[in-house]
Amino acid sequence: MFRTSRRWFRSATALALAGLSLSAITACSGDTGSSGTTTAAESSAAAEATSAAAAEAVTISYWIWDKNQQPAIQQIADDFHAANPSITVTVELASAYRDYWTKLQTAATSGTAPDVFWMNGPNFQLYASNGQLEPLDDVFASSLSSSDYPQSLIDLYTYDGHQYGVPKDFDTVVLAYNSQLFADAGVAAPTDTWTWDDVHAAAQALTDPSKGIYGMFAGFYSQEDYYDTIYQAGGYVISADGKSSGYDQPEAIAGIQYWIDFIKDGSSPDYATMNDVDPDQSGVMLGNGTAAMEYIASYSAAAILDTPEGQAGHIKFARLPAGVQEASIIHGLGNVVYAQSAHKDAAKAFVAYLGSKAAADVQAETSTVIPAFNGTQDTWVASFPAEVNAQVFIDELPVTVPYPVSANTSAWANQESEILSKAWSLEQTPEEACAAMAKAMNEALAAE
Amino acid sequence: MTALTAAGLAGARVKGQPEPGGRPVGRRRATRFIESGWGWAFILPTAIGLGVFYIVPAFTTIWFSFSSWGAFGGHEFTGLDNYRHLVTDPDIGYALVNTLLYTLMLLCGIPLAIYLAALINREKLKGKGVFRTLYFLPVVTMPAAIAMVWRLIYNGQFGVLNYALSLVGIQGPFWLQDPRWALLSIGVIGVWSSLGYNMILFSAGLQAIPKELYEVAMIDGATRGQQFRHLTVPLLSPTIFFVTILTIINGFQVFDLIFLMAGRSNPAIDRVQTLVWLFYQDGFYSHNMGYGSVIAVLIFLLTAVFTAIQFSVQRKWVNYV
Repeated sequence: MFRTSRRWFRSATALALAGLSLSAITACSGDTGSSGTTTAAESSAAAEATSAAAAEAVTISYWIWDKNQQPAIQQIADDFHAANPSITVTVELASAYRDYWTKLQTAATSGTAPDVFWMNGPNFQLYASNGQLEPLDDVFASSLSSSDYPQSLIDLYTYDGHQYGVPKDFDTVVLAYNSQLFADAGVAAPTDTWTWDDVHAAAQALTDPSKGIYGMFAGFYSQEDYYDTIYQAGGYVISADGKSSGYDQPEAIAGIQYWIDFIKDGSSPDYATMNDVDPDQSGVMLGNGTAAMEYIASYSAAAILDTPEGQAGHIKFARLPAGVQEASIIHGLGNVVYAQSAHKDAAKAFVAYLGSKAAADVQAETSTVIPAFNGTQDTWVASFPAEVNAQVFIDELPVTVPYPVSANTSAWANQESEILSKAWSLEQTPEEACAAMAKAMNEALAAE
Repeated sequence: MTALTAAGLAGARVKGQPEPGGRPVGRRRATRFIESGWGWAFILPTAIGLGVFYIVPAFTTIWFSFSSWGAFGGHEFTGLDNYRHLVTDPDIGYALVNTLLYTLMLLCGIPLAIYLAALINREKLKGKGVFRTLYFLPVVTMPAAIAMVWRLIYNGQFGVLNYALSLVGIQGPFWLQDPRWALLSIGVIGVWSSLGYNMILFSAGLQAIPKELYEVAMIDGATRGQQFRHLTVPLLSPTIFFVTILTIINGFQVFDLIFLMAGRSNPAIDRVQTLVWLFYQDGFYSHNMGYGSVIAVLIFLLTAVFTAIQFSVQRKWVNYV
């Protein structure tokens, strides 16, 4: 076993030490290196395969981040493979949304990003302006028509006059509520004309500490929660010219204050409780009957109806309550092709299929997301039971506000969770947190 | 990391082995040459791996620390800019203190590991294998799985820990969300998961202590406590030294537990963020590789300084037989 000689220990410790302290310094490069090498090896192997015989099978990779959508996406990939037997699509699910962009940007830096991947508004301009995306103008010229999609989504994925993304879906935000808890507490169900005051009064009436029931889940998600209320209060996140932050405006502060009020008077769980549940998953407390209301986006609708309370038929949807004005954030994903893809033709054929009505119908029928392809939205609504009132997601369209973006959105948006969480945890007032956020955001915008 | 340690041990053992004797002196040099050639051949694969994946990147990291990076690679030399930023970055101070506190907690686990190793090595103990397996299990379990289970245990509302406390009338805090408790809670997991590995090292050290010494001590009338203090601990000191160095290095590198247990939106993040966490945030999340490299260099220098201090102090307390 161990021979405790002086020399043994000296050399063993010195060697182990050298290795370990070096591994500290190389943790960074080691990570990138290893993931990069594998993918590079794979793609070069695949590249050889194509050059050997052009008609031979190629495999392209497709990255997504939402596990709720994985079955529908896999179905679409399988359908595509059936129609194009020479092209196989590997659908890869990132472990979580927050890791997706880290992983993708690292892969793109080393030239090994997937052939086709999901893109969103906040990241689009960064990727397009850095030459990471393949223009899809030819795909639109040959097999797609931009008039098949909402204009706002076509605009979202246009950069410098070129179309880089095929609109995949869009999402709007609504109020989800537990109708059983409303009935139990004798509170009237939300209507289309509800205002902030109505929500607040209902939340207080629904709260029952003895049963552990909260009226509202005052979540901490930008798109689903505070972006909507900032615009409802008449404020803005980013100025129209994209040069300055709106966080220091009194309206934006009012939009944040709206959520803090629920936490302060106990009609929402405090931030520690909410963050302890699962910070990456919305609708958990709504789904287990401990919260009566929560703002949710359309991509979570199917998952929330699949929770115990949803399956019992208690969860329903209503229009977002109005503040000074009505507003609901609209955002949509796009499918894009990597500029350094080794199989651009196959990748373009696949994004064209992803933009087709057939692919939109699969997404609509599985209730996952509202497809961007015009005319398939009704299929999505019809995929839900009539009584949950999924129509409200579409009814929000006239009052939707585009998701706030800039040339390098994540440079400031990434700081929101750290800075604004201090307001949710009541460590700072909304004024203080918003002032700090405006400062950080203006610095980031100035650096663009 | 573990592989490296094993390589280190193997290298040392080859060195310590006696030279095969009885050969004519004239052929000795040739034999030696052939032997050393084989030696090099055997370590070549490891040496290449070390060079490519550790040593070369270590130097490029130092080079990157003087540069600024674009969103998708491409860097330019910016001199000491990153280092100037380092000095004025308030997060570094928090992270440094948190890292040191976490390392201190890990060090507190060493006496526990010695004690448990001594218990497990008792002659009369039945089911030694079972105990060893149980204690070693956390070492071979995936950190993500460990974090998931511990998050459930620590949950402020439904967690097992707070339920147990409620039975004795204590209202437990939100362990992972409360700035006063978060680092301690994560430190406990760190100690728990490194216990098994340290115990194996200590158990090996204990078995290397000759039994005759204890017999002699018993004849001289030493109690069990005295035996432990005056015999076991001094004879185990080389292992303690070794484990201390490993623990400090591991402590300086803590990341996965913080990443999995806390996360960015955690209200206690100021109190749990460590140097490697900052390195990840700056290098990979914000894609500021240059600044990330500076933090890596800082971690490297700290590790080097702490280890150098330990090597100079060890002469005063480590006993080699």
